[in-house]
Amino acid sequence: MIDVINAAALLGNFLVIPGLTYGSQLALGALGVTLVYSVLRFSNFAHGETMAFGAMLTILVTWGLQALGVSIQPLPTALLALPFGIIGTIAFTLLIDRSVYAYHRQRKASPVVFLIVSIGVMFVMGGLIRFIIGPNDQIFFDGARFIISARDFKRMTGLEEGLAIRMTQAVTILTAIVIVILLFWFLNHTRTGKSMRAYSDNENLALLSGINPQRVVMITWILVATLATIAGTLYGLDKSFKPFVYMQLLLPIFASAIVGGVGNPLGAIAGGYVIAFSELILTFAYKKVIQYLTPDGIEIESLMQILGTDYKIAVSFIILVIVLVVRPTGLFQGKTL
Amino acid sequence: MSFLIGQQMTGGYGAADILHDCTIGVDKGEIAVIVGPNGAGKSTAMKAVFGMLPLRHGQVLFDGEDVTLLKPEERVLKGMGFVPQTHNVFISLSVEENLEMGAFIRQDDIRDSIAQVYDLFPILKEKRKQPAGQLSGGQRQQVAVGRALMTHPKVLMLDEPTAGVSPIVMDELFDRILEIARLDVAILMVEQNAKQALEIADKGYVLVQGRNRFTDSGEALLANSEVRRAFLGG
Repeated sequence: MIDVINAAALLGNFLVIPGLTYGSQLALGALGVTLVYSVLRFSNFAHGETMAFGAMLTILVTWGLQALGVSIQPLPTALLALPFGIIGTIAFTLLIDRSVYAYHRQRKASPVVFLIVSIGVMFVMGGLIRFIIGPNDQIFFDGARFIISARDFKRMTGLEEGLAIRMTQAVTILTAIVIVILLFWFLNHTRTGKSMRAYSDNENLALLSGINPQRVVMITWILVATLATIAGTLYGLDKSFKPFVYMQLLLPIFASAIVGGVGNPLGAIAGGYVIAFSELILTFAYKKVIQYLTPDGIEIESLMQILGTDYKIAVSFIILVIVLVVRPTGLFQGKTL
Repeated sequence: MSFLIGQQMTGGYGAADILHDCTIGVDKGEIAVIVGPNGAGKSTAMKAVFGMLPLRHGQVLFDGEDVTLLKPEERVLKGMGFVPQTHNVFISLSVEENLEMGAFIRQDDIRDSIAQVYDLFPILKEKRKQPAGQLSGGQRQQVAVGRALMTHPKVLMLDEPTAGVSPIVMDELFDRILEIARLDVAILMVEQNAKQALEIADKGYVLVQGRNRFTDSGEALLANSEVRRAFLGG
């Protein structure tokens, strides 16, 4: 019996909690992609860089606060800096919309033009970020490392395996839950949120109803910048901030959005967790878990891994392809906001 | 002079004109119906009145005011309501949200207006939490009309409101439209079901190739043997 609990603790520590954390980060990212897709009607390739930009601003403010000796122990200072990062990113995103996307909107450019434009924006933003903060790893995490460390857990329970909950993991999961609840409340219960859904559902009828498209576009970018900054900062806190990593995050984020059903915010969240857990489940080394669950004395030579961790990225790619072939509308029937 | 009138409208989407010197008007509390064969420019004439078609000649007067250069959404603010033929509801929004969006330009309390629409279309009250996309064709048309009524328009323009609904539902819709007209709303509609529509119409416009062919009261048009033979199937 104790072996089963040990195995569960092991899985919880290395699979469930990291999966929930990573899934929350992907879900927040995919929500941003979905919002742009369903309101502005294009796939925003610059979303990864928007996340990096938001995280970068938050890091700069965090350093400033740390230099001033401001802290909110045991929580990371970055949470205090987050609102500033969000405001800066909103301003920057609106500037880009005004100077780049607005022109193409006026010309009623096709979605593919927008997509290519967004790739341009991605490169410019990427360059800007590396120019400002450099291409290297930045560590900006402070505060308590663990809520429950593996050692405490072992001492408390007497188990062999520890189930640690890192501060960043708890912060990520809780923040994601709060943000998602707020976002859905906004979309479903406020006049502005409903007008966004109406615009995404039927642009012409929204115009006829007196909904101002410029306002809808502006609010969409504000939400997208907010989500991106939060997702980027949480990812950076949890792993580390490295500009190039955010570009690679684009694939799992798009996979999440598509798996869930493009344009459907609930789908984006579900998709985030599906992708995160698939990556972890397929690349997890089950050796110790199996040892706990089998009678003593059985020697297991291999790591009992389905795929090497190098294939992590490939997993989201494969899921993406399978979904597109088998169920192109995604898990949830792709619909508007 | 009618309350709403498009006078001598000439224009089209591209180089070629679709409407030629076409005049369409309606008064408060009246129902005006535009009928004619396929491709006669019925919907185009209605769109021209609503500002969705650039006019080369002619003008649109609404309550004595020249609105020819106003955009459709500006005409909504002036008190014109428009129900497009297709895509006329927000399918992913609930019935009630559709009505709320119809009243988007209003800042005042809209609960009375919603109650009024529910009085007119009781089935919508029952289905108010359902996404409009899940309703039947006739119910959707009711949502579409209800949405347009939320701004309390002085003119309601309907582009083929009975397209694709069963005859029973059509009769019911026409009854409701009569009821709306009784509230002193001017109603201008395009109809495929010419005979039934002319029966409830105060005024009828028969268009052929973008031109006014016959203009008379609904009753007179129904009695006109030439109209009957050519456009009403005998």
